[in-house]
Amino acid sequence: MKKILIIALMLTGTLTFAQNKNAKASMEVDGICGMCKARIEKACLNTKGVKFATWSVETHELKLIFDERKTNTEIIKNQVLAAGHDVKDEKATDEAYAQVHACCKYRDEAVIDDHEPQGR
Amino acid sequence: MKQKIYILLLFPIIAFSQNSISGVVLEANEHNQNIGLAGANVYWLNTEVGTVTDIDGNFTLSYKAEYKKLVISYVGFKTDTLTINTPKKIKHWLQPTDNLDAVTVKSRKQTTVKSYFKATNVINVSSEELLKAACCNLSESFETNPSIDVNFADAITGTRQIKMLGLTSPYILIATENIPSIRGASQAYGLSFIPGTWVESIQITKGAGSVVNGFESIAGQINTEIVKPSTDDKLFVNLYGASSERLELNTHINTKVNNKWHTGLYIHGNMHNKKHDVNDDGFLDMPLFNQINVMNRWQYTDTEKGFVSFINFKFLNDEKQTGQLDFNPDTDKLTTNNWGSEIDTQRFEISTKFGYVNPEIPWQSLGVQTAFSSHKQESYFGLNVYDIKHNSLYANAIYNSIISDSRHKIKTGISYTYDHYDEKIDAGNLDSDFERTENSVGAFFEYSFDNLELFNLTAGVRLDHHNLLGTFITPRVHARYSPWSKSAFRASFGRGKRSANIFTENQQLFSTSRQINILNSGGNIYGLDPEIAWNYGVSYLQGFNLFGRKADITFDYYKTDFTNQVVVDWENSQEINFYNLDGKSFANSFQVEFNYNAFEGFDLRTAYKFYDVKTDYNSGRFERPLTPKHRLFANLGYETQIKEHGARWKFDTTFNWLSSQRYASTTNNPSEFQLPERTPTVATLNAQITKVFSSKFEVYLGGENITNLRQPNPILEADNPFGANFDSTFVYGPIFGNLYYAGLRYRIK
Repeated sequence: MKKILIIALMLTGTLTFAQNKNAKASMEVDGICGMCKARIEKACLNTKGVKFATWSVETHELKLIFDERKTNTEIIKNQVLAAGHDVKDEKATDEAYAQVHACCKYRDEAVIDDHEPQGR
Repeated sequence: MKQKIYILLLFPIIAFSQNSISGVVLEANEHNQNIGLAGANVYWLNTEVGTVTDIDGNFTLSYKAEYKKLVISYVGFKTDTLTINTPKKIKHWLQPTDNLDAVTVKSRKQTTVKSYFKATNVINVSSEELLKAACCNLSESFETNPSIDVNFADAITGTRQIKMLGLTSPYILIATENIPSIRGASQAYGLSFIPGTWVESIQITKGAGSVVNGFESIAGQINTEIVKPSTDDKLFVNLYGASSERLELNTHINTKVNNKWHTGLYIHGNMHNKKHDVNDDGFLDMPLFNQINVMNRWQYTDTEKGFVSFINFKFLNDEKQTGQLDFNPDTDKLTTNNWGSEIDTQRFEISTKFGYVNPEIPWQSLGVQTAFSSHKQESYFGLNVYDIKHNSLYANAIYNSIISDSRHKIKTGISYTYDHYDEKIDAGNLDSDFERTENSVGAFFEYSFDNLELFNLTAGVRLDHHNLLGTFITPRVHARYSPWSKSAFRASFGRGKRSANIFTENQQLFSTSRQINILNSGGNIYGLDPEIAWNYGVSYLQGFNLFGRKADITFDYYKTDFTNQVVVDWENSQEINFYNLDGKSFANSFQVEFNYNAFEGFDLRTAYKFYDVKTDYNSGRFERPLTPKHRLFANLGYETQIKEHGARWKFDTTFNWLSSQRYASTTNNPSEFQLPERTPTVATLNAQITKVFSSKFEVYLGGENITNLRQPNPILEADNPFGANFDSTFVYGPIFGNLYYAGLRYRIK
């Protein structure tokens, strides 16, 4: 009996695990500079349930840790899009993109060239 | 049986977490031969999970689904980043860099860095900067830094004293790897007990600082990071010799014990056995000394599980002899044959540090630090005897986490300190033993908010219960605001409280004929009350481009107001009086610093400092003695381009100018032993040239006080040291003239 109880307890443990308080996810987000980084991370962190967000200027990878009971990647993705940044499979609306600072127009070739390290 | 079930249940999780990826790294070649690359770095981007390939180029690395980018790098080869979607076996050819027309983008690292982003006013000094003044221990490491002032404490011991915001080192929390280390009995000479080569970097925090490391700091905090066995050179040898016949030897040996353990042995020895008397006053210009200083460090790292740990053992034996030229300790000790002094110090220290960072949850970490030290000084100065034993225990546990998201960070923890002091004083009118035990338990909480762009704030508070200082709250707050690009406005305030160790902090008093008086008796520490001060500061840092090159300018204004201070009153030249402050005592400082990278390899650093440091003495409000009102500082550094194997030249020169300083009053003395009201101005110049032959070997040559400036008569009544007016504390400038030195450094990485 005891054993069954223990197993049952352990299983409930695994079940609640599915609703992870610290779920991890990563997605590709387009952007170009440190200002973009702050904008993207802020958009994520302003979503209720997101605990940790870090976006890499080099790899364009956005790493997230969030509470699965409160939010999910779809919601966070929409926040990023609303902030004007494209994600891998979806583009931000033109209105949202229009809001990003002129120097952060990551879709613009001239802006991309500007941010290339010198000497290349 | 039950245990087995648990283990079984855990099994799938373990199997999952042990998921790994393996592969082989090969050197790209024309014939597509499989030539394994040994020693290549393989790691997951933005993580600390990594490994090094074995002799055949094989590697195995833990894998998690969220790891996507695998970085493979090797010196002389192009670094590649692979995208990994499934953990299959990897076979990768690295391209040698000389096959590519790659232009590497060079960004020269500055050796002294001020942060634009932190709430606290922190200056980070790297080991490169410390090499600019190649000598020799921590007390001499601040010569090229305008935020810290270095001057001599007295004309006898050659001890250097540091000041920050116009206040002496007891008001600065000086820590080694965040463990308060230069305090209590080691206050007077402790800076010379940390060899310069052991120092990896120094962080200087101006103003209140953090609450994490205790309540004692008032003017600021200086933290010294010591070299780590895992990153320091396998073998490092440094030899130094000066024209004064001072010799120093430093040896570091670092070994990798296994994948997780590293150990390092660090040995420092110095000696100076030549008597100098350039000013012909019959007294040695600098003491004779020898020191043996040994440290053994053990480092444990397990990046996968998130554990880091250090265990350190230190032993020090330091002997100094000074006084009159003819003084012979065997026959003259504690007699009036000749005036002499010996200071023997033994110190033993053991400290541990344990850190855990949750690999799953990057914001969660736990740190535990403990340190035990036993410090024994036996000394005499003429007929005055001063012995001190200080045993100290320190323990601190810190937990880091966040509230709701990573913009709101918290640090919280508890600390415990124990100090036992046993002092024996036999000096003229004072012949007594002072013994006291101090212990305190405290808890702290620090909240940091960072809005990621313009603003951040760090607010901390701690509550301590101390057997002699009582129960009290220490608040400290720092804020930063950057309204436009490359700017940082900072403001801070905070409180500090400490017990003053009046004898050990003012040991120069024993090298005088002064009568020692403690004028209060109601307090817990030598009859005196604890010192309490508030520090307020504002600062503005602005980076800009000047003629296309980087420059920055900083304005700092700091104000320290003492609620209570143990006043050290030198104003009667026959006495030294200690008493509780009655009235005001303050230290206001203003600094403007300008840094400019004028052309490739050439850096200019200049500063002007203004100090207004005054105390209400029993005889009236005066400027703190021997504290110049105005200071000018300039440092020029030039480095040639790096040639093959890292060969280059480095040139460095530092200029200091001090305005006149007030002498403590000598009006009680007979007219021949009276000093003017103020000292002359002082200007000194240091320079150094380093020739780097390769990354393994370099030599340096330098000069201190090149213009040969000397204070002509630093000792009052030097010809009659047992007379009523003998005093060696009126020191405003260098006693020894110019000094030249040379040294070499050899390292195997």
